Amino acid sequence: MNYETVIGLEVHAELSTASKIYCGCANEFGGEVNTHCCPICTGMPGVLPVLNKTVVDYAIKAGLATNCEITRLGKQDRKNYFYPDLPKAYQTSQFDLPICKNGYLDIEVGGEKKRIGITRIHIEEDAGKLLHEASHGVTLVDYNRCGVPLIEIVSEPDMRSAEEAKTFLETLKSILEYTAVSDCKMQEGSLRCDVNVSIRPVGQKEYGIRSEMKNVNSFSAAFRAIEYEVKRQIIELEAGNEIIQETRRWDDIKGVSSPLRSKDNAHDYRYFPEPDLVSIVIDDNWINEIKKTLPELPIARRERYINDFGLSEYDAGQITSSKALADFLEKCVNLGATAKAVSNWILSDISRMLNDKGLEQSEIPFTAEQLAKLISLIENGTISNTAGKKVIEELFENPRDPEEIVKEKGLIQISDEGALQKIVIDVINANPQSVVDYKAGKDKAIGFLVGQTMRATKGQGNPGLLNKLIKEELDKI
Amino acid sequence: MELYKLTAHELHNMLVNKEASSEEITKSVLKRIENVENKVESYITLTPELALESAKIVDRKIANGDVISALEGIPMGIKDNICTNGLKTTCASKMLSNFVPPYDAFVTKKVKAINAPILGKLNMDEFAMGSSTENSYFKKTKNPFDLAKVPGGSSGGSAASVSADIAVYSLGSDTGGSIRQPASFCGVVGMKPTYGTVSRYGLVAFASSLDQIGPLTKDVTDCALVLNAITGHDSMDSTSVNLTPPDYSKALINDVKGLKIGVPYEYLGDGINEEVKNSVLKSIEVYEKLGATVEYFNMSVSKYALPVYYLISSAEASSNLARYDGIKYGYRTEDFDDLIDLYKKTRSEGFGSEVKRRIMLGTYALSSGYYDAYYKKAQQVRTIIRNDFDTAFEKYDVILTPTAPTTAFNIGEKTTDPLQMYLEDICTVSINIAGIPAMSIPCGFDKNGLPIGMQLIGKAFDESTLIKTAYTFEQNTDFHKVRPQL
Repeated sequence: MNYETVIGLEVHAELSTASKIYCGCANEFGGEVNTHCCPICTGMPGVLPVLNKTVVDYAIKAGLATNCEITRLGKQDRKNYFYPDLPKAYQTSQFDLPICKNGYLDIEVGGEKKRIGITRIHIEEDAGKLLHEASHGVTLVDYNRCGVPLIEIVSEPDMRSAEEAKTFLETLKSILEYTAVSDCKMQEGSLRCDVNVSIRPVGQKEYGIRSEMKNVNSFSAAFRAIEYEVKRQIIELEAGNEIIQETRRWDDIKGVSSPLRSKDNAHDYRYFPEPDLVSIVIDDNWINEIKKTLPELPIARRERYINDFGLSEYDAGQITSSKALADFLEKCVNLGATAKAVSNWILSDISRMLNDKGLEQSEIPFTAEQLAKLISLIENGTISNTAGKKVIEELFENPRDPEEIVKEKGLIQISDEGALQKIVIDVINANPQSVVDYKAGKDKAIGFLVGQTMRATKGQGNPGLLNKLIKEELDKI
Repeated sequence: MELYKLTAHELHNMLVNKEASSEEITKSVLKRIENVENKVESYITLTPELALESAKIVDRKIANGDVISALEGIPMGIKDNICTNGLKTTCASKMLSNFVPPYDAFVTKKVKAINAPILGKLNMDEFAMGSSTENSYFKKTKNPFDLAKVPGGSSGGSAASVSADIAVYSLGSDTGGSIRQPASFCGVVGMKPTYGTVSRYGLVAFASSLDQIGPLTKDVTDCALVLNAITGHDSMDSTSVNLTPPDYSKALINDVKGLKIGVPYEYLGDGINEEVKNSVLKSIEVYEKLGATVEYFNMSVSKYALPVYYLISSAEASSNLARYDGIKYGYRTEDFDDLIDLYKKTRSEGFGSEVKRRIMLGTYALSSGYYDAYYKKAQQVRTIIRNDFDTAFEKYDVILTPTAPTTAFNIGEKTTDPLQMYLEDICTVSINIAGIPAMSIPCGFDKNGLPIGMQLIGKAFDESTLIKTAYTFEQNTDFHKVRPQL
C-alpha cells in the first residue's frame, strides 16, 4: 500500500530579551552554575512573577512575521508537573489564549511553493538543567536557564515529507533571526523542536495515529527522525499492528527512536489560569508599534538579491535564509566586492569551514573588510583562486589583513611572462611524451603540463597565463 | 503603668510626649511574653534582640528630635507565613521548619522601614489551612480568654498575641477568614483588605487569588494606622493595584447617620449559634440608634460560597505547594531509592494531614475530566457571587453579618471532623471570593465570657467606610475594652 506522511512541528525558541520572563535576572547563555538566578526564578516560597513586557513584544513580532492574528486578550496558565529542574513544579505557559494564532509560512521545496499553517505561538518559561555527576553518583541542578523566555510555535499538520519539514524549520529559523526575536543558536539549545509524525493510506482523509518525537536537536536530525519514524510506522502497519499514540525519544547517534511514554501514561498537566499574573491586553497601538519594527524579511531580501545583485534564485535563497550570512554579504558588497564572488565564497569554502569547526553562521571569525580585500586581491590578479582558498583557511585560524597573509605565505601570483616562459620550456623539455600526445591530438596533455608548471611555481603561477604560454610553446615545436 | 496593655496610638502619644521610650515599651511587652507566652503559645520564633535593636533606633531618633511615624517603635509580631530576611519562616510546617528566606516580604520591608520592633513570628495553621491553629506542626496556641479553647485560625497566633497583650499589633493573612475568625474568637479587631491593596510579595502562597495580608489590632484606630503602614502599590506583585491609598486615619469618625447597612438573612440562619445571633442583632440596634438605616435582604447564592471556596483555594494550593519537593530547601526525607521515592516520602512526611487533604482535593478538582465540573464551575459561581455583592452594594454602604457561626470551641473538638471545621468559615469565605474588604470587631460575649465578633463588609477599595462604621460602634460600646485575665 502507498502511504502519505503527515508531519506537524512544535518549535521552541529562546527569546533574546535582556532579562528573564518573570524577574530581572540576565537572560544569558552559560555562566557559572546558579549565578543567573534569584528567589523568583528559583520559585522560593512567597515570591511572585511579573511579566517582562518585551517578551510579549517579541511574541507579537514573531506572530506578525508569520502572518498570525494577534490576540487582544491573552492569559497565562500553569502547567503542573514535578521535575527537579522545574523549581515551582509548574511551568508558566499559555493554554487557551495564546498571543498569536492562525498564521502561515510559505516554503519552497523542489521549486514548488507550499503554504504551511501555524496554529499558534505562545509564550512560556524555560526550565533549568540537570547535571548528572556520574563520578560522585549525584545529580545537581543548574537554575540559570529557569525563567528564560520561550515562544512555542505550533504548526498545522501540513507537511508531507521530511524535506518539507526541514525546509519549514529553516524558513522559520531565518524569520526568527531576521526579526531578532531569537538568536537561534542550535548548539546552545536556543531553538529546539518536537516532531509529530503519522502516516495514512494515500487518499484517506482522516489522519493516522501520531507519535511525537522529543530530543530532536538539529534540522538534519529532524529530517532523519522523520524518515525513520515513517519507515517504522509503515513496517508496523504492514505487519498488521496498530500505531499507538506515544511520545518517543530520538537518538540521533544510533539513528533510532524509542518509546518514552504512551498516551495512557501521558502527563495530566492540570492546566489552570495563573492567578499570580494578570491578563495580557493588547491593543491596536501596541501591534502597530511592533509592526513598525519589523525588518525586511527573508523573502523580500531574496528577491532583492536576485534583482539587484544578479544572484541565482538558488544562491539568493541560500544566502538570505541566514540573516548573518546575508548581512555579511551586504557588508562586503558595500565595500565594493561583487555580490556573485562573495556569494560563491560564502556558500562554498566559508560554509564548509564553519561546518567543520562547528561554528554558527553568525560566528564567521573574520570581518567583511577582510573578505572584500581577499576578493579584490584575486580579481586584480595578485593571487590565484587556489591561493585564495589558502587565505580563507588562514583567516579562520588567525584572522588578519589578507595582504599580510599573502606576503607571509608567499602566495603572490607570478604573472611575469618572461619568468614563466623559462619554466614552461623546462617542463616541456622534461616531458617529451606529453608533446607527442599533444601532437597526436590529445588535448589532455595540456592539462598535465599546466599542473607540472604549477608545481614548479609552487602554485603561484598565473594559471591562465601558463595555459597560454604552454600552447604557444607546443605550437612552436 | 503596664505599657504592654496599651494600644499603638496610646503608646505613640507617650513616645512623642517622652512619657515612655520604645525600649521601655518593648521591654514591657517582652516581660509580658516571659510571663504568659508559655500559657498562650502564640509565637513559633521569638526575636527579642531584634526588637530591642529597632526600639533603640527609634529612641535615638526621638532624642534627636526627629519626627516619628504613627507606628514607629511600637512592638509587633508577624505571622509565620510572611517572609523575613534571615529569620525562619516556617508556615508552621515541618516542610519549612528550617527555611530561612533570603528576602523580606513587601510588608516586612514596610514595617522595618518604620523601625517596628519585631517580637517574633506567630503561630498559625500549617500553610494557613485551618480555623483553629491546631494544624501547626509546632504547637497549639490557646485562646487567652479560656486556655482550653482554640484561638481560631489560621492566624491564631496573630490574634492571641494581640489579645494577650504580647504584641501591640500583628500581621496576619486571610484566605477565607483567617484574620477575621481568630480576631472574633480572641476579642480583637481584624481586617482583610480588598484583594490587591496589600502586596502579597513574600507571603507564602496558599491560594493566590484569595490571599490577602491584613492587621490584627486592639482597636479600630490601630487598624487604620497599620493599614496606612502596609498598603501601597508594589511593582513586584502583578495583582497589586496601582492606586494611591487614602489616609485611613481620616475615616476615624464617630458618625453613622444616614449610613445604609444591609443584613443578609442567610448569614443569620441555620448553623449560627443563638448567642452569636443575638449579639449581632443587638449591634444592629446600636447602629439604628446612632442613625444608620438597616435593611434585611437575601443573598441567595451565598450557600454556594463554601464549596466554591474549597474548590478554588484547594486547586490553587495544590499547585502552590507543589514546589515543596525536598530538592531545593526545606525538609527532605532521610532515605530514598530514587527521585519519585524522594518526592513521595518528603511530601508524605513533611506535610500535615489537613494540607495533604487540600492538596488531594485540589489536584482532583484540576484533573482532566473533572476540571469543567469542579474548578471551572466554581469559577463561574465565583463570578455570580461577585455580582451578588455588586448588586447589594448598589443599595447598601456596608453589609453586616456575624464573623463566625460560633464562639471559640474546645481544643480538639473539631479536629476529627474536617467538615465541621470548614463550616467555621461559612460567614467569611464569600468575601475573599468576591475580593472585597471586611473586618471583624468585638460586639459581645457569650455566657462563658468568650468574645463574639461582628463582620462589616465593604465595597472594593472602600476600607474607609468600614473603618468609620467600626469606629463609631467602638466609640459607643465597651466590648473592645474587655481584656482576658491571664
